[in-house]
Amino acid sequence: MLTTLAPLLTTLASDVAGAAAEPAGLLPARQQMALSLGWHIVLACFGVALPTIIAVVHWRGAFRGDQGALLLAKRWGKVSAVLFAIGAVSGTVLGFEMGLLWPGLMGTFGDVVGLAFAFEGLSFFVEAIFLGMYLYAWGRMDPRHQFWMLVPMAVSGISGTFFILSVNAWMNAPVGFDIVDGEVVNIDPWAVFTNDQVWMQFLHMWLAAFMVAGFAVAAVYAAGMLRGRRDRHHRLGFMVPFAFATVAALMQPFVGHLLGLRVAETQPAKLAAFELALETESPSPLRLGGIVVDGEVVGSIDVPVLGSVIARNSFTEPVQGLDTIPPEDQPPVNVVHLAFQTMIGIGSLFVLVVLAFWGARWRGRDLLENRWFLRAVVACAPLSVVALQAGWIATEVGRQPWVVYGVMRTTEAAGDNSGLWWLLGATTVVYTAMTVGAVLVLRSMARRWRDGEEDLPSPYGPEPGDAEVEPAGAETAR
Amino acid sequence: MSLELVVAAVMFTGVLAYAVLGGADFGSGFFDLTAGGDRAGAALRTRIDHSIGPVWEANHVWLIFVLVTWWSAFPTAFAAAMDALILPMLLALLGIVLRGSSFAFRKYAATLGQARFFGVVFAGSSLVTPFFLGATAGAIASGRVSLDGREDVWSSWLTPTSVIGGLVAVGTCVFLAGCFLVADARRGGEEDLAETLRRRTLGVGLVTGLVVFAGLLPLRADAPTLWDGLTGRALPLVLVAFVAGLATLGLLLVRRYALARLTAVVAVASVVSGWGVGQLPWLLVDEVTVVDAAGATATLQGLLVAFGLAAVLVLPPLAYLLRLTQTEQWSRAAH
Repeated sequence: MLTTLAPLLTTLASDVAGAAAEPAGLLPARQQMALSLGWHIVLACFGVALPTIIAVVHWRGAFRGDQGALLLAKRWGKVSAVLFAIGAVSGTVLGFEMGLLWPGLMGTFGDVVGLAFAFEGLSFFVEAIFLGMYLYAWGRMDPRHQFWMLVPMAVSGISGTFFILSVNAWMNAPVGFDIVDGEVVNIDPWAVFTNDQVWMQFLHMWLAAFMVAGFAVAAVYAAGMLRGRRDRHHRLGFMVPFAFATVAALMQPFVGHLLGLRVAETQPAKLAAFELALETESPSPLRLGGIVVDGEVVGSIDVPVLGSVIARNSFTEPVQGLDTIPPEDQPPVNVVHLAFQTMIGIGSLFVLVVLAFWGARWRGRDLLENRWFLRAVVACAPLSVVALQAGWIATEVGRQPWVVYGVMRTTEAAGDNSGLWWLLGATTVVYTAMTVGAVLVLRSMARRWRDGEEDLPSPYGPEPGDAEVEPAGAETAR
Repeated sequence: MSLELVVAAVMFTGVLAYAVLGGADFGSGFFDLTAGGDRAGAALRTRIDHSIGPVWEANHVWLIFVLVTWWSAFPTAFAAAMDALILPMLLALLGIVLRGSSFAFRKYAATLGQARFFGVVFAGSSLVTPFFLGATAGAIASGRVSLDGREDVWSSWLTPTSVIGGLVAVGTCVFLAGCFLVADARRGGEEDLAETLRRRTLGVGLVTGLVVFAGLLPLRADAPTLWDGLTGRALPLVLVAFVAGLATLGLLLVRRYALARLTAVVAVASVVSGWGVGQLPWLLVDEVTVVDAAGATATLQGLLVAFGLAAVLVLPPLAYLLRLTQTEQWSRAAH
């Protein structure tokens, strides 16, 4: 495929006379995409994983008569109402941005990747419909009936992840079209779903979603236990999401490893940046930390041979060095390397944390009694988000300078609208406000639940009974 | 009917569904904004929350559906429209973001002060969004988007047709919302609330009707192609909109709310499809036709498969959800 694309490269390169000149819209578009995608991906994790996690407690509550579990399902459902709402709107932002920020990409390849987006939209449609039913079914529907609303949500979370990741996999390994005389022809819109990368990338992200959501929810109850709230409610609230996070954290290194092996074949420049391999060494060392300053690696700890073992599954196969790649095709190496190793480091830490818990449990010790373990779980929540972001930075920045690998450079996808800086400023303000709003609302929800209020009072006006005792416009709803 | 036209028709069905279902959600922002003080407006705001809470996210997906179909089926036209109409699109997007988030935040706000703040943001942004989406439609319908030229990002939509489009969008959204809410209020057993809503909806209906039909006149000079379509091929739809609009007002007067809801939907759907049929065969008026704007045939065929799947997987549960929310059990507050 890529060989047939070679003529395109020259055509496109000559189109952008003096390819070095960056369009005015490039840098703000990059920052904008990083901000909005980085923000949305956290919420997407909850959208993907939370229905499944809720389904477990709801099932226990509805079919096993465990009222405590049903209460957890109800509360997590309310939390998901807030998270899904801001996830839905931030996802819409991305839909618009594909066209607004990258007219070159969508104008040229919109019909190549369009189906994947269409099916993702379908998945989101199903999830939104059943979310509406699930949330409003409390008190209006038999919990056993209500349980089945969660199933399509969980399934569409999976399919949505697959379809959106198929677009990203396509950007890494483009398929389904030919370029003839600079025109995109012979489009096969179904090829996006069968490209070589898609299954591994999907699995990697799907597991990541369960790590983020699982650790985040578990951390809330770990924090509660640290404050002395050691009841069954907190234990169950911890165990279910932690079990999901455990499975995901233990599988993730294997999936990540397989994905890494593919990168050696498909995107050598990315792998070289991951591994900080400036030159081809056989066997390659594993470089822990370190940055490139003036073409030299500084401050890394090198473990001989391990680089070849991990990245190539071999004692001798080298990691292809960056020196074999033309400078104009190299990604920014330091960012990619550090982001990649941050992800790996945190992922390894997760393996230790979950193994410690289940290992201790197997030997009859309950680490939930251990304050240091609880603190570690609380730390896992933000760390999982850091690892998620680091992983996306590693793969996205590592693909640069290409937006569609080997076919279209990011400079060609961007527009020349320098006004996008205003957009970035406005987005920063709005997203900050949305974050503050979400934190405020979720914290107040938790506080009211701790105070024993289950159904929140109507926030739209003072309670009718308060009319006599409080002056109009009293500041609190109670 | 060619493949391109079929895909365009399905895409426009998405526009219609968004205008009617999503529109009713947006329009409720007007009633929220004008509900009155904390105490006086509490019942109406609670009603609005009940009515749109279960459905707004699903209704919102129609917009995603339209966007995705547009860029998949007609990629160059999509890129051109995004380029020329970046400002109204972004302002609509800002409204969408603020509406969705503040609606969810208000429901679980910690204090009345917070609820008030989120409520104002929710209600205000509910009106901002349809205005700018309507302005976008107006710019396309009046031939302000060209495939190659770089239009000025302001003059492309600061035109009579765009302003009319925006006002028509806001008016129809509010009118629809009123008709839905008044029926919901009665089903929930809140006759007083229904009475208040009935009066306001009648007022909104009169104003909206005036805007829609008076707004046709400037189109003759500002959007001649659309004008020709509206006074020719799409004339029956214009007439249907007129009759259905009048019928809705009459039904509201005699308090036949369930039926008024139906005629209101017909009226608004006719207004919106009047625009769509009126600008045929153009996708971007005076610039590129639906047929010429189409992308790869294989993708259009693939989209048909996606539409088929949507018809099987999405429409039945969506109908179920909408039906559930229309039952009496769901119209009353949960215990």
